[in-house]
Amino acid sequence: MKTSSAAKIAGHSTAYLATLIFLFPVYVLINLSIRPPGDLTTALIPSARPTLDNFVNAWTESSLPGAIVTSIVVTAISSVVVIVIATMASYPLARSTTRWSNVAFYAFLVGLLLPFQLAFLPLYAIMRDLQLIGTIWSLIIVYSGTTLPFSIFLITTFLRTSVPTEYEEAAQIDGCSPVGVFRHVVMPLLRPVIGTCVILNGVSIWNDFFTPLVYLTGGRQVTIPMAIYQFVGQYASNWPLIFASLIISMIPVLAVYLVFQRYVIQGFAGGLKG
Amino acid sequence: MREVRHGRRRRSIAGSLWWFVLPAAAVYVLVVIVPNVQGIALSFTDWTGGVKPPEFTGFENYATVLQGETGAAAWRTLYLAFVVVVLQNVIGLGLALLLNGAIRGRNILRTIIFAPLVVSPLVVGYLFKYLFGAPGVGGINSLLRALGLPQVDFLGNPTTALWIIVVAVVWQFTGSTMVIYLAGLQGVPAELQEAAALDGAGYWRRFWYVTRPLLAAAITVNLMLGLIGGLKLFDTIFAVTAGGPGGQTNTISTLVYQLFAQFGRYGQAAALAMVLAVAVGILSFIQFSVLRRQEKQQ
Repeated sequence: MKTSSAAKIAGHSTAYLATLIFLFPVYVLINLSIRPPGDLTTALIPSARPTLDNFVNAWTESSLPGAIVTSIVVTAISSVVVIVIATMASYPLARSTTRWSNVAFYAFLVGLLLPFQLAFLPLYAIMRDLQLIGTIWSLIIVYSGTTLPFSIFLITTFLRTSVPTEYEEAAQIDGCSPVGVFRHVVMPLLRPVIGTCVILNGVSIWNDFFTPLVYLTGGRQVTIPMAIYQFVGQYASNWPLIFASLIISMIPVLAVYLVFQRYVIQGFAGGLKG
Repeated sequence: MREVRHGRRRRSIAGSLWWFVLPAAAVYVLVVIVPNVQGIALSFTDWTGGVKPPEFTGFENYATVLQGETGAAAWRTLYLAFVVVVLQNVIGLGLALLLNGAIRGRNILRTIIFAPLVVSPLVVGYLFKYLFGAPGVGGINSLLRALGLPQVDFLGNPTTALWIIVVAVVWQFTGSTMVIYLAGLQGVPAELQEAAALDGAGYWRRFWYVTRPLLAAAITVNLMLGLIGGLKLFDTIFAVTAGGPGGQTNTISTLVYQLFAQFGRYGQAAALAMVLAVAVGILSFIQFSVLRRQEKQQ
């Protein structure tokens, strides 16, 4: 196929222009966050006297330092719990041909359709009775349940379509126990889909705001979105300071994204294509 | 005897590991099934979350929540979801077609456009709240002032405020739509395109008759994700307008939260959540059936 140079230039300029439009809000975000208080020139002109004071103030005056730790702990524990129980459940669900396992599989899929808005109220009462409101355990319990249906769906589908049963049968003939087969033969083959699950669950848990808004309100521990919400409420109109806090909150997840961007994008597209 | 047992075990490794389902089933029942069933039951009561045991009130909550603001909020929810789905898919597909071609540095451009997805929607919401902030405050307005143009109170007017929410959502999620289309485009064989080009088909005809049918699965995924995500939007609205001005950018999701957090009317909140759940279920089912039928026709 021949592409004329005019079309080539048009394609390039449209692509770069589109990307610049996407970057524009980020430019404003950074530009405003490095501006000293009292500087009232338009946010679109580069700051004349850039300063990092806003970052220092945002770091010391918000609950972000502790929130970053809390978010890491919540995301890590929830992701591990979900992956372990979802992988275990998916194996018999994918391999067994009985009617019961099919019924169980579809029962898990029903969870994909139920919106959290319905379940969160009774869960609130349950957590309150267990005295877990305001603690991270309420979040971990909720996330382990809400991310489960999709994880089971992905892993079971992957097992059925992309993992041949020959390896398992061969290992069994060689005298491996069922648990051993799962542990040493099946698990290593699941690495790609487990990666996809960790990425999708991790991003949604890390950024989730509604669940902590309901279950952490009144508690001492906060996750990053909660810390941002409280900080914005406190400094309603000090945008340079707020923007510094937004940037701090974005750094951990953007750093992970940029390091693993190939896997994140592939995992995202691959997971949702199936 | 040993032989028989051995044979039985060989038939099914997974069968002997049926108990592997138990931990997931326990969590699922306790965290998903029980609260949802309770939520449905409590939507028919005067539950306020207090110590007083809830009393059965029939459809009273439904009658109450379906009056007043809810009708307008329901239309707004649908409108938002529709506009977001259309814009995200048109822009996302356009970008995917563009960045699937020979563009220098296209991987970097993809990485940049996808990046907003990993950021919290709340943070994105605050960013756009400032950009389109009131005259004398917001970023766009400071630009208008510098250019000597009249400033606009974007968020003070419900119509424009709703569009700012749309812009924030589209900015954040178009990259993910694009990435799904890009994955779909990898399945379009280059030979097919070349053959069509040799037969004299122009760009648009090639797109319509060669590319589009092969993208059917990606289109289904994107429209489904967009619709479900659009109907359930909460964080962005909460950050940009918090439902204001005057409750005129409230959607079902934000109303459910208000009934719960501001008014403590748990029963009514549950009834409204139930309305949302049923609507999401019905609309996704209709959309899915239509899209599947079209996929099959091709």
